[in-house]
Amino acid sequence: MREALPLMWRNIPERYNLLGTRCETCGKSYFPQRKVCPTCRRKGKLAEAKMPETGKIVSYSQVFVAPSGFEHDTPYFLAVVELDNKATLLTQIVDSKAEAVKEGAKVEMVFRKIYEDSPEGAIAYGYKFRVIP
Amino acid sequence: MRKVSIIGVGQTTFGEHWSLSLRDLVTEAGIKALENANVEGKDVQALFGGCMASGRFIGQEHIGALMADQMGMNPLPAYRTEAACASGGVALRLAYMAIAGGMYDVVAVGGMEKMTDVSTEDAAVALAGAGDQESELFNGATFPAIYALMARRHMHDFGTTEEQMALCAVKNHGHAVHNPYAQFRKAITVGDVMKSGYIASPLKLLDCSPLTDGAAAMVLCASDKANEYTDKPVEIAASAQASDTLALHERRSLTGLHATEVAAKDAYKQAKITPKDIDLLECHDCFSIAQIMALEDLGFCKKGTGGRFVEEGNTDLGGVIPTNLSGGLKAVGHPVGASGVREAIDVVRQLRGDAPAPVQIKDAEIGLSHNVGGSGATVVVHAFKRGF
Amino acid sequence: MSKAGIIGYGVSIPHWRIKTTEIARVWGKDGEHIAAGLGVKEKAVGGFDEDSATIAVEASRRAVKMAGIDAQKIGAIFVGSESKPYAVKPTATIVTDALMAGPDLMAADYEFACKAGTAGVQTCLGLVKSNMIDVGLAVGADTAQGRPGDALEFSAASGGAAFLVGRDHVIAEINHTYSFTTDTPDFWRRQHEEFPMHAGRFTGDPAYFKHVISCAKKTMQIAGTKATDYAHVVFHQPNGKFPVRAGAMLGFSKEQVQTGLITPVIGNTYSGASMIGLAAVLDVAKSGDRILCVSYGSGAGSDGFDITVTSEIGKRKPVVKVQDLVAHKEYIDYATYIKNRRKLKSL
Repeated sequence: MREALPLMWRNIPERYNLLGTRCETCGKSYFPQRKVCPTCRRKGKLAEAKMPETGKIVSYSQVFVAPSGFEHDTPYFLAVVELDNKATLLTQIVDSKAEAVKEGAKVEMVFRKIYEDSPEGAIAYGYKFRVIP
Repeated sequence: MRKVSIIGVGQTTFGEHWSLSLRDLVTEAGIKALENANVEGKDVQALFGGCMASGRFIGQEHIGALMADQMGMNPLPAYRTEAACASGGVALRLAYMAIAGGMYDVVAVGGMEKMTDVSTEDAAVALAGAGDQESELFNGATFPAIYALMARRHMHDFGTTEEQMALCAVKNHGHAVHNPYAQFRKAITVGDVMKSGYIASPLKLLDCSPLTDGAAAMVLCASDKANEYTDKPVEIAASAQASDTLALHERRSLTGLHATEVAAKDAYKQAKITPKDIDLLECHDCFSIAQIMALEDLGFCKKGTGGRFVEEGNTDLGGVIPTNLSGGLKAVGHPVGASGVREAIDVVRQLRGDAPAPVQIKDAEIGLSHNVGGSGATVVVHAFKRGF
Repeated sequence: MSKAGIIGYGVSIPHWRIKTTEIARVWGKDGEHIAAGLGVKEKAVGGFDEDSATIAVEASRRAVKMAGIDAQKIGAIFVGSESKPYAVKPTATIVTDALMAGPDLMAADYEFACKAGTAGVQTCLGLVKSNMIDVGLAVGADTAQGRPGDALEFSAASGGAAFLVGRDHVIAEINHTYSFTTDTPDFWRRQHEEFPMHAGRFTGDPAYFKHVISCAKKTMQIAGTKATDYAHVVFHQPNGKFPVRAGAMLGFSKEQVQTGLITPVIGNTYSGASMIGLAAVLDVAKSGDRILCVSYGSGAGSDGFDITVTSEIGKRKPVVKVQDLVAHKEYIDYATYIKNRRKLKSL
């Protein structure tokens, strides 16, 4: 089993709804969630915050050789995306023509299956992004 | 703080060793190091071992105990360090700190990994533990993909080309032809790399270091006692380490490793040197782009110019900074826990005049080793000075 | 009982299409002839990472965005599908957390072949009109499978729609709803079987037409209306032909049927079909338009809805129109299709 069930469940708010963290002291946003602000450390007042669902591609790669669980998805695009609030995340880019996947392309979040361990196992859903048509 | 020297080195060949277990590998390297150091087992006061993922690869933890047991050295204290692919470098650093701080006089340091018992896909999952499990592997990112994202941005920002990256692999393979310990001893061409098929664009098969079994070991000694054991001691002139975010996407930049810059600055300050004073470099070329970024981040050339720097021959034997004369991770192989120690060993060999003749630098005085964990969350930099 | 109706809706149609001619090519059949006979040119196919849950979530998020409500106001979520990712574990709870609508709500999954979604609309209507909840969400989403080589393979498609039912800012009031239900073995899938069975030509008159026509007639009788009172009529649409014939039988013109007939370009999205058709109508409907919507689910039953579009229609824009989703497409071949839909043995 790839991920423990409790871990999958704990991460639902992040993975389904892009709930990250915002430091109210310095204004920076982080995704995934953090307990300590890297800038303010213990002086930072952190709150759960929904990240924007749109952003732009900073870098991308097309994956041809995948880790277990993703073999049938290849080739797929991975990208570092900078969301509209400057928080950054790593995600797959789907449903987009290869020429459209490039630095600066504007993208929006979609809800997709990330992986399933086996036909009998639990299914992990989460965020992917696509180039805004 | 006392000065610390290396008095002996030893390693196994690196490769796919179907018949050798982790304990076979670590004892072989350990025995060779002790013999090379002319040291008796009873003189060794502690063992430090770097090993990233024995739990995932062979279901074995408690590696410190395994080393002490298998070397027949119970009841001496044994420590395991883990910092992904920098596990070996960190083991060396902690061993150095233990002697420098006056805790021990003589210790042995090993780095080891047994990676080939599992499938390639499962190995990729185990290695992905070097990154952020929950936000990188979860999305289907393997290590080639993570470094590919850095390569792509480097190409975008600085015009670095796939051919320039390929050259790093080509040069490293060229050096490894002479290295009896290397996994791959065949020369390759840029054309070979370009045709080798994408793993994660723009990185191709021959841009990526392989899965390897191997172990490497050294004996460290307080410098003022080193001459009791060897007439060719090598001083550790600097030992530095820095950290950065676990996940690539949270870094301040995708085109370099800030932890390398920080560790290098610290190392240069300790050893009172600048990049110009360094005669050779063993850097962490887990992927070809990593070598280009390392040359920049270590200060051998300006950010963004690494590709051209390699292209112009500056990293060749006789160049400004001969790099990876052993063959690097790409051609020697990359048993992840071992590489940090193996890099140091190859610098030591050069400083002692024990490198294979075709790649031996004349009168090398100062060498640098650079070891990275994951995509740059841990970086360890050591400087070595000839002590004789 | 208070007035109630649709306050927002959303549709999700996967990006990928496969042409009828491409499927026919594999089986050595005349694709053009089949496309003409079925009235289905191409169908929508979910990608490898899509299933009826991801489609349900996308449609539901669009519905909530359109309605402009706080998802916490939703008091019930019903998801209808015959291609659930889990036989046991409701899609409705995945939608709940994906909308952040919980935990104070009722939820369940429905099955009634192609009318599982509209059954959910009826339940929400009852809960809202009785003031037990303020807003209900009904979703019909499917990634329907046809047995390789079977006639249904040409039409079984992926897609879904979500309707929010409430009392405030209603854009389309549901004046009346009526259902016609009998035990009819026209199309079924046994537990643990991968593909459905159908009874060939028996699926026509004694099944689809008997239920759709009876339901339509009775709904209009309850509403006191006749065919000419309606700007649009939407029928369940297993192919491009049945709804046109049903319309003719009931005295509707081709124009009244046309706007809500989407199957010809996306295939039969099963629980999503009549709901996507209704959404397509609402995308262009004007205040005062009367709409008759009659779904059909094998097994068998029909849900009829007599709807009047209100003046609120102009104030709420769909996040993306059905015709724009239809137009946003890329073609795949048969091999990619069976890989995506896991019809390969090892998948």
